[in-house]
Amino acid sequence: MTDSIQARFQSFTQTHVAPLASRHDRLQCIDPELVGQLAAQGYLGAIISEPYKGLGLDMPTFGLLNYELNKSCTAVRSLVTVQNMVGRIIERWGNAEQKDQWLPVLAAGEKIAGFALTEPEYGSDAAGIRTCFTDHGDTFAITGTKKWISFGQMADLFLVFGQAEERLGCLIVEKDTPGLSITPISDILGARGTMLAQLEFDACSVPKENLVTNLGFGLHPVAFTGLDLGRYSIAWGCVGMAAACLEASVTYASERRQFGSCLKDHQLIQALISDMTVDIKAAKLLCEHAGRLAETNDRNAMQEMLCAKYFAAGMVNRVTAKALELHGANGYAPEQGIERFFRDAKIMETIEGSNQMMQIMIAKYGIQHG
Amino acid sequence: MSDVKSKIRQFLTKYIEHNNFNDDDHLFEKGYVSSLLAMEMVVFVEAEFSIQVGNEDLNLDNFKSVDAIAGLIIKKTDN
Repeated sequence: MTDSIQARFQSFTQTHVAPLASRHDRLQCIDPELVGQLAAQGYLGAIISEPYKGLGLDMPTFGLLNYELNKSCTAVRSLVTVQNMVGRIIERWGNAEQKDQWLPVLAAGEKIAGFALTEPEYGSDAAGIRTCFTDHGDTFAITGTKKWISFGQMADLFLVFGQAEERLGCLIVEKDTPGLSITPISDILGARGTMLAQLEFDACSVPKENLVTNLGFGLHPVAFTGLDLGRYSIAWGCVGMAAACLEASVTYASERRQFGSCLKDHQLIQALISDMTVDIKAAKLLCEHAGRLAETNDRNAMQEMLCAKYFAAGMVNRVTAKALELHGANGYAPEQGIERFFRDAKIMETIEGSNQMMQIMIAKYGIQHG
Repeated sequence: MSDVKSKIRQFLTKYIEHNNFNDDDHLFEKGYVSSLLAMEMVVFVEAEFSIQVGNEDLNLDNFKSVDAIAGLIIKKTDN
């Protein structure tokens, strides 16, 4: 069952995503037609449950989807990640009206969602966010700035985190809400197709019924619900990206000849390939383990997702660097895709929690649970 | 009820080293609850007592103290 569904993911990505990956990077946007194709496959609602028109994939299978997508294109995997993060939060913590209103349109890709937590001055210190929700009776007026918001340039709605009189919470905000202005962020190092944006909220008026769960206690579990999924998704994406680099490296080493023999016959090249292979397998095992625990709502799932994300993000940087090394000068040319993966890899150590935040949380958990 | 509170205290003492808090102490106001612990509290309640914390339950009043958490668990398990 899993093999056949993975074959379906693979077939889709090879046919529809891979040919566009370089273009997404170069033009710094995602092909709108592909967004429609992703929606038609149900991938934008991959983990939204079936009653809300999603695919209702289990966590291990969702991991494989991320793996296959990121073997071709980080930006496309990222689109699927963010859309499912927001969908998961609304399904987990939204009220019945919010679920009925938003989940089917998110699952169908009729609306694209953004996750607006990070601010110019607050990244890792998410609890310190300064975006302000001012109570105006039936509405909140949002004032503040969000930065580095993936797909902020194309999203139709945002999950915006902020605080009302020091009580943290989050609101669903549609992009055409008066007072919201969106500025593209371009020419970043990697993951260039993720259409980043800065959002400015100037007394942006939003109905109170758009509040996802209650103020005060809501931010942490709500944000973690999204971030957990994001980390899991990114970890699998790293494994996919690294696997693509390994495959390309093995092909290149089998074809490229130096000193009268193929590169693959040189022992120092074999050392590179063996290190890449073991690194990828280790990360994949961590991802599979985290996925199994998450699926059974195991208490240790969050910890295992942190471990998977932390290890996979480091791993993909090691592997892409080795792939670049193995390809020599050819690796620097865009045709091979290696240089794109090399640039894309670095951001994996930052998004949804920097390496250092992963280390702190893993250590805290380890100390507390022995 | 006392068994429930005992399990809650056992869980919290992994995070609150001194274990010097009363069942009715406001854990948030005393600064004992980090963002990680807030999430862990929800995960703990769900996994340990096989209940689902819903949108309507995600309220500071339900998690502010050992008494409050125990009250939420009793309410959810009775339903």
